[in-house]
Amino acid sequence: MTTLIAYLQARLKTVVTICLALLAVIAATSLLIDTHHAHTWAEQHVPFFWSLFGFVAAALIIGAARWFGGSGIQAPTDVYDRTLLPCEEEE
Amino acid sequence: MTSSFLHPSLILIAGALLLPFIQGPLRRPYLFLVPLLALGAVLANTTLTGNFGLVDFLDWQLVFGRVDKLSTVFALIMALMAVIGTLYGLHVDRAGEHMAAWFYAAGSLGVIYCGDYVSLFFFWEMMAFASVFLVWFRRGPNSLAVGYRYLLIHTIGGIILLAGILLRYQSTGSIAFDLLDVAHPGLATWLIMIGFGLNAAMVPLHSWLPEAYSEASFNGAVFLCAFTTKTAVYTLARACAGMDVLVVIGVIMALYGVIYAVMENDIRKLLAWSIVSQVGYMVAGIGIGTDMAINGAVAHAVVHILYKSLLFMGTGAVLYMTGKTKFTELGGLYAKMPATFFFTLIGCLSISAAPFFAAYASKSMIITAGFEQHLNWAAWLLMFGATGTFMYNGLKLPYFLFFGSNRCSEATWDKAADPTWNMLVAMTLGATLCVLVGTAPGFLYALLPHAVDYTPHTVYHLMETLQLLGFAALAFFLLKKYVEPVDRVCLDIDWLYRQAGRGFLWLVRHPLQWFDTAWGEAYRVVGLGSLMTVSRFWSWFDWHGIDGVVDGIARGVRALGGRVRVLQSGQIQVTLFYVSSLAAVVLVTFVVSQLL
Repeated sequence: MTTLIAYLQARLKTVVTICLALLAVIAATSLLIDTHHAHTWAEQHVPFFWSLFGFVAAALIIGAARWFGGSGIQAPTDVYDRTLLPCEEEE
Repeated sequence: MTSSFLHPSLILIAGALLLPFIQGPLRRPYLFLVPLLALGAVLANTTLTGNFGLVDFLDWQLVFGRVDKLSTVFALIMALMAVIGTLYGLHVDRAGEHMAAWFYAAGSLGVIYCGDYVSLFFFWEMMAFASVFLVWFRRGPNSLAVGYRYLLIHTIGGIILLAGILLRYQSTGSIAFDLLDVAHPGLATWLIMIGFGLNAAMVPLHSWLPEAYSEASFNGAVFLCAFTTKTAVYTLARACAGMDVLVVIGVIMALYGVIYAVMENDIRKLLAWSIVSQVGYMVAGIGIGTDMAINGAVAHAVVHILYKSLLFMGTGAVLYMTGKTKFTELGGLYAKMPATFFFTLIGCLSISAAPFFAAYASKSMIITAGFEQHLNWAAWLLMFGATGTFMYNGLKLPYFLFFGSNRCSEATWDKAADPTWNMLVAMTLGATLCVLVGTAPGFLYALLPHAVDYTPHTVYHLMETLQLLGFAALAFFLLKKYVEPVDRVCLDIDWLYRQAGRGFLWLVRHPLQWFDTAWGEAYRVVGLGSLMTVSRFWSWFDWHGIDGVVDGIARGVRALGGRVRVLQSGQIQVTLFYVSSLAAVVLVTFVVSQLL
């Protein structure tokens, strides 16, 4: 398996191209399938609905996590070892 | 105990008590045999239905063996997990670790089979007190403190549960562990739900989970990830099915866990956050409460135990071999740990609900139940969370751990290798079950508490999943630099305490300090000045008024005394002179007055 992975890594551009082609095929195929069992209007009438949903949801989650982390949730690794409060450090 | 029912907890407890006496070459066969016997007992119990193991205690009848479809499916997966978990840690010599794990599993099975709240509480606490040793046995620098915090939180949860049980007994006179009145929940129902919910890591009562599970020993985490939360899911399914608030809580859990897992740098903490998220799906399913939703929650609990234990086994192997758990200290390990990579990847695909892998058969049941109950907001948000699950577990974990930049130190890289045979066998077993459940879920569906009218293998579901995962992967690789792990810790609910502390500090340092200064100045100018003026007046009054009167009298007496002293000279002729003169004056005055 490691040999196969090394082989694919050596041909990364080809792998990426194949993957993108596969995505295009999957998205195109989604137009052909029967959607009348779908639960909502959007699934039935918006083309490439789940492709768009997957991409947008992933981008939103990455953005939300980055904003959340940057707003003070991600802290230095010694944050729990600190005994001084920021104001005490200033003084 | 009724002869036909054999309680698997008894086997595990007896096995644990005897374990220290089994030494040498018999130890490993014994370790394998005991959980296998427990699994055998559970399998034998599947042929039964009804209440067994009835024991009279005080005024109550305790039920140790309630066998129905719900208890059977959970007992089966827990007993199977005891086998897999023990197999994974078979080479661990410390008997204490195995004893703790078996007592922990016995507690879980005890809760699952019990039919009353008294025995439930006993087994519930057994789980808490046994599982903490799985944290302590890591023997890391933080293990002791983390373990005590874990125990403290679970003790608080136990007290809340006990309060609910007592209130319920007071109002109904019943200790039966059955469905509560979720349509009109009273205080007792709320307390029982919160007690169960704490063990299910309901947000905001979840912080114990990521901390403890990431700090547990490499094999202890495999047990921890299976028993506590899923036993709590069982109790919620039994007692709180259809409780509306659980839908909201479940959705919050599903999303909260996703965001934290995306930010996390520790591979096992990422999986712990993932538990919070995945248990959220189960809690939401229980809250929806329909047959399909309960089936989905139960099925998801079963497959979650399979793939999550597999993932903890994979990451546990990394910890066991390299001693490291941070993405920023690992990377590129596929070349050194190919088998571990392969099994972990199966776990990743299983949790991501990739077609023909475990969660493909369960997660969609819960979401479909949400749509069918017209809870579209919940179903959409759960779909949104499912995309996140694939992001952090299907992509981030395998990519940054086994591919990506190699951040290993030379020592870490040298130590990296696939683990011992027993760990690989346990992973093989877990991976096989993950694929089996995903491809042929019929045997799982047959175990579910309600009749199943659902098939995951439809063209629409397949295409939906392929699109969702494929395009989420595209977004991940396009935005990869924004999810690159960084060596930071993620503050949890304690961020709120910290913000509240900072707010209090600001309040003290600014408005309160200003008010204190202004008050002091006002007191100095107004209060102190007035006081001094008043004091000066009273000083003057005291001096000139009171002292003047007293001193004036004294001075008058003294002056009179002086005069009197002059009159009394002591010479007789002077005295006679004064007396004669006075008599003459008196006489003259008398005569004059008579004449007038």
